[in-house]
Amino acid sequence: MSGHDHSHDHDHSELSDIELRVRALETLLTEKGYIDPPALDELIETYETKIGPKNGARVVARAWADPDYRDRLMKDATAAIAEFGFTGRQGEHMVAVENDETTHNMVVCTLCSCYPWTVLGLPPVWYKSPPYRSRAVRDPRGVLDEFGVHLPEEKEIRVWDSTAEVRYLVIPERPHGTHGWSEDRLAELVTRDSMIGTGLALDPAKRETAA
Amino acid sequence: MTLPDAIAAVPRLPLDEDGGPVFSAPWEARVFAMTLQAHQAGVFTWPEWAETLGAELARDGDGSGETLGYYDHWLTAFEKLLKVKGVAGAGQLADLQTAWDAAAKATPHGQPIELQRR
Repeated sequence: MSGHDHSHDHDHSELSDIELRVRALETLLTEKGYIDPPALDELIETYETKIGPKNGARVVARAWADPDYRDRLMKDATAAIAEFGFTGRQGEHMVAVENDETTHNMVVCTLCSCYPWTVLGLPPVWYKSPPYRSRAVRDPRGVLDEFGVHLPEEKEIRVWDSTAEVRYLVIPERPHGTHGWSEDRLAELVTRDSMIGTGLALDPAKRETAA
Repeated sequence: MTLPDAIAAVPRLPLDEDGGPVFSAPWEARVFAMTLQAHQAGVFTWPEWAETLGAELARDGDGSGETLGYYDHWLTAFEKLLKVKGVAGAGQLADLQTAWDAAAKATPHGQPIELQRR
């Protein structure tokens, strides 16, 4: 950390008792040479789809298929997501931000505790990396390029910084050629990255050929 | 990702239909992965781990997780085994927890929390 930030305008960070215990163990085991943090991250990454972004994908699919649900989601995402029974342990407040023809949204925060894992699953390792956060704010278009997402120049990119109280869920644009699709089918097009804003929903035309 | 049978052979490990572990929070995956690595580094044998975890789960009645989650017990068992093995000395974990707590409180929200070690 910078070490000289005595600003009282920002809330300081807080780790739960459980997180303190896990971090203490990690520090101890790393210092004794029993674990290797990069290898640990790699091991975790192999499991990170296991909570799965499926919960969030169902929310997005319903927002696409059901205009009333979409309105409820935009008005009060916490309540609309709770309709599925997905609620955070810490009671965090969810806000949905919607992509459209003119705007693309993406979300950053370096703390994994500031990631809506009840809907998105485990955070990807890059999401927690300091370079991602600083660059996403400074040069979102460049970061998106690296993720293979090339947006037209005229499209505005909004970057949302999660706080301890507010977590964001990006509602990607519904792909063309999905008229009349069921929610289940639509949900398969919704990737984790598309709900962070570092990706787009899958294109069904490309998906057919890939399959 | 499927787990090797030997690893999956701990009491009541939550698995999905493909035989992969299931977590309900990021820290659970972290403590699971640390346990695997510490075992691979030779800190304890897997049967020793299974026994320690089983004893911890047994303390919570049927271990159904009604009072505490499965990985809450896992975390406690892991701490205990590391103490038994002499990896975590008396007070060492508590000191590190205090240091992490202080580091978090000195870090503005949104910045990565880092522990300054000499």
